[in-house]
Amino acid sequence: MIETAPYPTYQPEAGMAPPSFVIELTAFSGPLDLLLTLIREEQVDIYDIPIARVAQQFLLRIRTLQLNEAADYLEMAARLLRIKAQMLLPRTDGEEAWDDPRAELVRRLLEYQQMREVVDVLERAGEERRNRFARAYVPLAPAPPEAPLALSLSELLAAVDRILRLTRDPSIHDVIPRAIDVPGAIAVIRALLALRTRARWTDLVQQGAEPWQVLSTLLGLLEMAKLGECRCQQPRPFANVEITRDAASEAA
Amino acid sequence: MTPLAKLLEAALFASARPIPTEELGALDAHASKAALAAALDELREHYDVDGHGVELVEIGGGWQILTRAEYTEAIERAQLASRPARLSAAALETLALIAYRQPLGRAEIEEIRGVSVGSVLKSLHERGLIDVVGRGEGMGRPLHYGTTPIFLEYFALRHLEELPRSDELAVALRAEPRAL
Repeated sequence: MIETAPYPTYQPEAGMAPPSFVIELTAFSGPLDLLLTLIREEQVDIYDIPIARVAQQFLLRIRTLQLNEAADYLEMAARLLRIKAQMLLPRTDGEEAWDDPRAELVRRLLEYQQMREVVDVLERAGEERRNRFARAYVPLAPAPPEAPLALSLSELLAAVDRILRLTRDPSIHDVIPRAIDVPGAIAVIRALLALRTRARWTDLVQQGAEPWQVLSTLLGLLEMAKLGECRCQQPRPFANVEITRDAASEAA
Repeated sequence: MTPLAKLLEAALFASARPIPTEELGALDAHASKAALAAALDELREHYDVDGHGVELVEIGGGWQILTRAEYTEAIERAQLASRPARLSAAALETLALIAYRQPLGRAEIEEIRGVSVGSVLKSLHERGLIDVVGRGEGMGRPLHYGTTPIFLEYFALRHLEELPRSDELAVALRAEPRAL
């Protein structure tokens, strides 16, 4: 890529008129774009570019556009001057194997021109699509994290009280070791959920249940929820817990 | 409309992205390919013939319901939706090259465009219009880029072949593009 082109020491001719207009920088997407524009403006044949004239125009233009410090444009300027110098070298008349020093530039310009045609196609297609809206996708708001359980001691005791009120014997002083029957409770819940898609806590724990039955049912429910067999929901604190069959396990 | 066409309409309405034909097929296991195609035709005709504000468009091998262009201005004025920003000339040039010559590395793009394209490639990649599709041979095994389904969506193309073939362009390309 890097060629040993002499550094362009271009001097504008004396008395040259100051630039009368300034083109937007964004008007050109690169040196090849600028070069193509010049060739079009000068109305010259791309296969026979008057390189001296185009090079001069190019240098003038990048100075006007203050692009003469942009490396991409400077490289092109150097390339143009190199080609200009090569064109000046004397060549023997009738020499067959003269390689036009402009050939590579012409090839690049044509290639670039073709790409610009594709750009036009894409631009039209993009504009057409831009003018039509798809259904907007509104991402669902993420569920707010569950509030941490904030209970005062009295609320906790009241809850315990409420649960124990369900039991026949509210006496909690007689501690009788009794095996908790979680598998049994799970079997009951499963049987119930097989019949109905949803149940309530009060359906599972009847009035007057023993504490061990309450605990078994609770542990059984938690176990089933963990396994994804059911889903427990409580619309608000201390409300009746609603148990629904989990859709996932239903599909399985 | 037939029940299948109604089902497709509902699914297309629910989706924000084009739905590939195979995925539409999953909606009704009993529907044959021909039945699906007929239902899609029916839905498109329904929108076109009865005069609806939306139309059914085939994009990137899938289907999508889009509003008609004539209502865009009113919708945008009412601030109900806004058009995406246009791509810059630099981005379009880079995309054009990648679309035609993928897989293509950064050096080749820079050679043709005559400017460095690092930041353009980065932003195209961020927008999901291009992706790394492999690595080239040679020094440093440069990354090769290709276009993505989002590219087709962005330009509402059914497939890459919808772009003009290189021999249809005024100037012949130096290298034949690889099979698209």
